[in-house]
Amino acid sequence: MDEPLLKVRGLEVHFPIKRGIVLERQIGAVKAVDGVDLDIYKGKTLGLVGESGCGKSTLGRAILRLTKPTAGQVIYNGTDLAQLQGEDLRRQRRHMQMVFQDPMSSLNPRQSVETLVTEPLRAHGISFERHARVKELLELVGLPSSAANRYPHEFSGGQRQRIGIARAIALEPDLVIADEPVSALDVSIQAQVLNLLEELQERLNLTYLVIAHDLAVVRHVSDDVAVMYLGGIVEQAPSDDLYEQPLHPYTISLLSAIPVPNPEVEDRRERILLSGDLPSPANPPSGCRFHTRCPFRQETRCDDELPPLRELSPGHTVACHYAEEILDGKITPRSAEEMLTAGAS
Amino acid sequence: MTTPPDVLVSPASSGDADSSESTSGESLWRGAFKRLRRSPMAIIGAAIMVVFVAVALLAPVLAPYEPASTQWTNLSTPVFVQGSNSEHLLGIDRWGSDMLTQLLFGARQSLIIGVVSTLIGLIAGAGLGTLAGGFGGWVDSLVMRFVDILLSIPSLLLAISIAAAMGKSSFALMVAIGAAQVPIFARLLRSSMLGQNRSDYVVAAESLGLRRRTIILGHVLPNSLGPTIVQATLNLATAIIEVAALSFLGLGNDDPAVAEWGRMIVSGQDRFLVAPWLAFYPGVCIAITALGFTLLGESMREALDPKQRR
Repeated sequence: MDEPLLKVRGLEVHFPIKRGIVLERQIGAVKAVDGVDLDIYKGKTLGLVGESGCGKSTLGRAILRLTKPTAGQVIYNGTDLAQLQGEDLRRQRRHMQMVFQDPMSSLNPRQSVETLVTEPLRAHGISFERHARVKELLELVGLPSSAANRYPHEFSGGQRQRIGIARAIALEPDLVIADEPVSALDVSIQAQVLNLLEELQERLNLTYLVIAHDLAVVRHVSDDVAVMYLGGIVEQAPSDDLYEQPLHPYTISLLSAIPVPNPEVEDRRERILLSGDLPSPANPPSGCRFHTRCPFRQETRCDDELPPLRELSPGHTVACHYAEEILDGKITPRSAEEMLTAGAS
Repeated sequence: MTTPPDVLVSPASSGDADSSESTSGESLWRGAFKRLRRSPMAIIGAAIMVVFVAVALLAPVLAPYEPASTQWTNLSTPVFVQGSNSEHLLGIDRWGSDMLTQLLFGARQSLIIGVVSTLIGLIAGAGLGTLAGGFGGWVDSLVMRFVDILLSIPSLLLAISIAAAMGKSSFALMVAIGAAQVPIFARLLRSSMLGQNRSDYVVAAESLGLRRRTIILGHVLPNSLGPTIVQATLNLATAIIEVAALSFLGLGNDDPAVAEWGRMIVSGQDRFLVAPWLAFYPGVCIAITALGFTLLGESMREALDPKQRR
């Protein structure tokens, strides 16, 4: 494969926990993102999934330097964005844009649509023919040009998200990070916005990092999918590969939670239930981060040793000591008997 | 992975269509103004304000006589002051000037000093608040400690000290009253800016690569100004009362030829038993004017409050 557009190496975002009023001292850190490696390839879409609080949004923001990473590198075009400051960083921002979850709060309510979409151009000193450019951008995202003089609160959720997308593509960026781009929208509108994102990808040769918690959304848009758990990537694979043959126990249990729209299959289907909540990222478990909730956990190795990401088949990496054994059925989930009895009654 | 063509061509026909067909939008300021016009409180307040400003501007035209004339001095003795009659609608004051004329001219002083002092307080306070709320960090700490020092001195005491230090003049009075208002504006603007600082559209502006200055002045500030504007209107009322209070204490312009409501009360008080209206009329003027500004300010607060929006 060619050189990736963006390389993330060992990225860490630790938020300090401080105590004391006058003399503040750090008593710990919330390890929101804890050593993440990612490659994002030109023209592709990488999906990033994980449950709430796993650090996926923080990862997206750290890549864009909206949050300062505590360690690691974000390499774009040979520059390490994590080290940039001030004006250098500001100039780099035009190559990478973000689409936000809540289009209402991410648009300044006092600006008209025209001002909203031309503002990034003015900020980077790009000359443009105002009327034509606004019309072109609005057309690209499927809004009538009459929208230009109106204000965000006069639009519906889906239309607002289109305005947000128009802002993001105004600078013709290489990479667009979409943080939960559709989760604030009605289901009927979600597909439209996702289709718009794909259409724009083809027209403008965009690269996407789509962050979402909805597995169906991610599968629909992504070429590759990375699964995140408690600040780390646990599995990454081409989209179809991952959904057909998940290797990490966390991915297996996530996918087994999706209902099958066929009552007979749904009845026979074996579901793997996760118990407990996500552990606190301020005090992550030792060894494999997932071992506290893993139905396949093996004594002591999982508790003591952090599994590295290993490539099991081309493009399919997983961070689990026993991925092969689980795949071959040599290790069965511990709570299988309980689930069988629950299913029989 | 194909896109239904109709989605891109005509979003208006899809599920997320907007009902209104107009092409020119309604900004938040215009919406607030619309709500303001529907509120009876705002209309009464605005009416009082308009009358007050008109009187202040048109005093030379409206007044029946020359201000600060002493042509009826002989009509007023220590035990007798001429009250209301056909020639002098509100009587004459102890110096022998027409009371109505003096009141009309007094509005000028209150308006000028009230507005200018509030502007001084607003500009200085908003400047400090923007610095503190916009840049944060050590700038914030430095500015806010300075504001805390200002705030630790009782406002009237601060005003008296400044007025005393600068000598008796209208300008000293304006600076004194303005300085006492600085902490209010600074703290108010800072806190509403801090609230906006972490909001999504500010993060969005940052990710678009806008300059910090543009973000603060173009995004954070306009969205934080609402409460400050309301406070300024309410402070106008306070300022007018304080002008009167400080003049009452003898700190304003002491030129007797310049009519001022606060000083009119002072000069009226030693004849309160024989001619109570000498103190009563200017008192009523101060009260009504302050009420007008307060009503307008309160209804502006309601109109600008995002939670009240429909």
